[in-house]
Amino acid sequence: MNEDMNRKTRNFILNCLALAALVAFLLWAPGNLDRYKLRIINLIAINAILGLSLNLIYGMTGMFSLGHAGFMAIGAYVSSLLILTAEQKTSMWILEPIAPWLLNLHAPFLVSLIAAGLAAAFFGWLIALPVLRLGGDYLGIATLGFAEILRILIVNLTPLTNGSLGLKGIPAHTDIWMSYGCLVAVLIFMIRLMNGNFGNVLRAVRDDEIAARTMGIDTFRTRVLAFTIGSFGGGLGGALMGNLITAIDPKMFMIAQTYSLLMIVVVGGLGSITGSVIGSVLITTMLEWLRIVEDPITIGSLHIPGIPGMRMVIFSMLLIAVIIFRREGIMGTREFSWDWFFPKKTKQRPISERPVSDTKGADAG
Amino acid sequence: MNASHSAEARKPVLRIRELTLRFGGLIAVNNLSIDVAGGSIVGLIGPNGAGKTTVFNVITGFYRPSEGSVEFMGQQLTGLPPHRVCMAGVSRTFQNIRLFQNETVLQNVMIGSYVRQRGTWWQNLVPFLFPAAAREEREIRDDAMKLLERLGLAEQADARASSLPYGAQRRLEIARALATRPKFLLLDEPAAGMNPQESEELLNFIRRLRDEFALTILLIEHDMKVVMGVCEHIQVMDRGLLIADGSPEEIRANPRVIEAYLGQSAPEAGDEAGNGVGGFKAGDFKKEEIAHAGH
Repeated sequence: MNEDMNRKTRNFILNCLALAALVAFLLWAPGNLDRYKLRIINLIAINAILGLSLNLIYGMTGMFSLGHAGFMAIGAYVSSLLILTAEQKTSMWILEPIAPWLLNLHAPFLVSLIAAGLAAAFFGWLIALPVLRLGGDYLGIATLGFAEILRILIVNLTPLTNGSLGLKGIPAHTDIWMSYGCLVAVLIFMIRLMNGNFGNVLRAVRDDEIAARTMGIDTFRTRVLAFTIGSFGGGLGGALMGNLITAIDPKMFMIAQTYSLLMIVVVGGLGSITGSVIGSVLITTMLEWLRIVEDPITIGSLHIPGIPGMRMVIFSMLLIAVIIFRREGIMGTREFSWDWFFPKKTKQRPISERPVSDTKGADAG
Repeated sequence: MNASHSAEARKPVLRIRELTLRFGGLIAVNNLSIDVAGGSIVGLIGPNGAGKTTVFNVITGFYRPSEGSVEFMGQQLTGLPPHRVCMAGVSRTFQNIRLFQNETVLQNVMIGSYVRQRGTWWQNLVPFLFPAAAREEREIRDDAMKLLERLGLAEQADARASSLPYGAQRRLEIARALATRPKFLLLDEPAAGMNPQESEELLNFIRRLRDEFALTILLIEHDMKVVMGVCEHIQVMDRGLLIADGSPEEIRANPRVIEAYLGQSAPEAGDEAGNGVGGFKAGDFKKEEIAHAGH
């Protein structure tokens, strides 16, 4: 018991130290890094938020969803429409006039973030009710369809969304403090959620639905809930993204966006919070770093012209390699623990009973 | 054995009335009526394909009966979804063990307690605002640990469920079912895959369960030693029909049961089996014989 207390205190101190290190980095970064690097650092946090929310749906609860770009779009549009001023809106809507009720709708940034999350969660809940009765690949196709329908709606509902022209001049509210603040909040949320008994229940629904129902779990309700929470995260991430890039249009939220999030989750490890963060760091930096292969390269007398889209080819190959050689991703379902750095004092207890094969052998013989 | 006498005094807690289940043209359960007395251990036996597991699936809400009703302690279970049946106090295990393989032994049991948990998921996100929910969460962990201790699984609390030996997995499945605080437990072939020594231990284990957890137990089993050893009352099914109902002694002597197990030519089958005494024993104890042959 005493040892357990010590461990808790130790972990608390180490967590505080890690947080302090993050704060120190965030203080140091803006003065010492150029804008391009800062943008990537921001994107890492936002992609981690998006990856975590997709992981909650896919990795933790086992619902194969391809609709995350749709939730991002809802979040980005809701947040931007609330932040933009009336003058900005009137000058931007050139094809058709903006809906009058929307013109004077205005909210501060933080409120718009929450509204973005809630709007995405509402849509998530709405489509979850019919769609979550499906399972496996069917669910993937249905959610994919939802995201596409949503994107086409955005293109065509010009009075609300300014159609394919998109929204420009969104104030750049997302700085590294904002994105990492949100990431820490989402991380704490996820850790508390998954470490509680409700986290066990989510994994139970994923692993064996029939057994979960026998244990008195309303699996449909549980899945709808997890899907709704995950959609909230998608909306939040979309809003942060919009306020980072300062311009959004429907093309940003195509299926490719969902795929890169899926890559983060799968490479990091389905069902692992740590994995999603690691996946976000790797995939986000690599997506940027691999841009060099698209530039013309001259090695001595050899001249290779830049091929646009080349990084996606390399990326796909990397993904195939992950799926072939390490299907469970970097972390599998494991989580980071401070215990990794401290040798264990208690020995592994031997399992006294015979293994399965022995029991079976005795019965057959 | 005063079981039969005490069973008479007990009231039925589970009443199955005129239950019929059709899958298209196939009648899986045909006009079945069963009463299970409170606090008893009842066996449901019959040849393969008799419809025993189907009856379990109807009771626990996985199948909706075509006709008839299931009533538990005065509450209608007919048509309720599985999770509501569990809330009503009925829990079960599966013929092919269905543990949450990737979870630890302790987590498996904690998942069982969730059905009685009052604190909600969002309350547990901010435990300092909802101390009652936080306390409940701790109690669930402690209670799960105590349950594992009682069933002799405490040592492996942090091991993954899939890493347990077979017998321990069966016990864990029972522990998980008990965590839902049932009044009625359905065991689907608890002795499957066990050697004779293990099934011998199982007899005492099942009796202990009934006594310590104040349960009524209905079990499906093919191992006749287990059935005859532990059940106070036995129901026999064949091709969806209830063909016999009585004490172990009565069932052992019932010609219809012998016929169901061995087919029309009962004496022949007995001869084939070599040492068949009264036909029934030889054929029905196939499993037992196989087990004995090895020792």
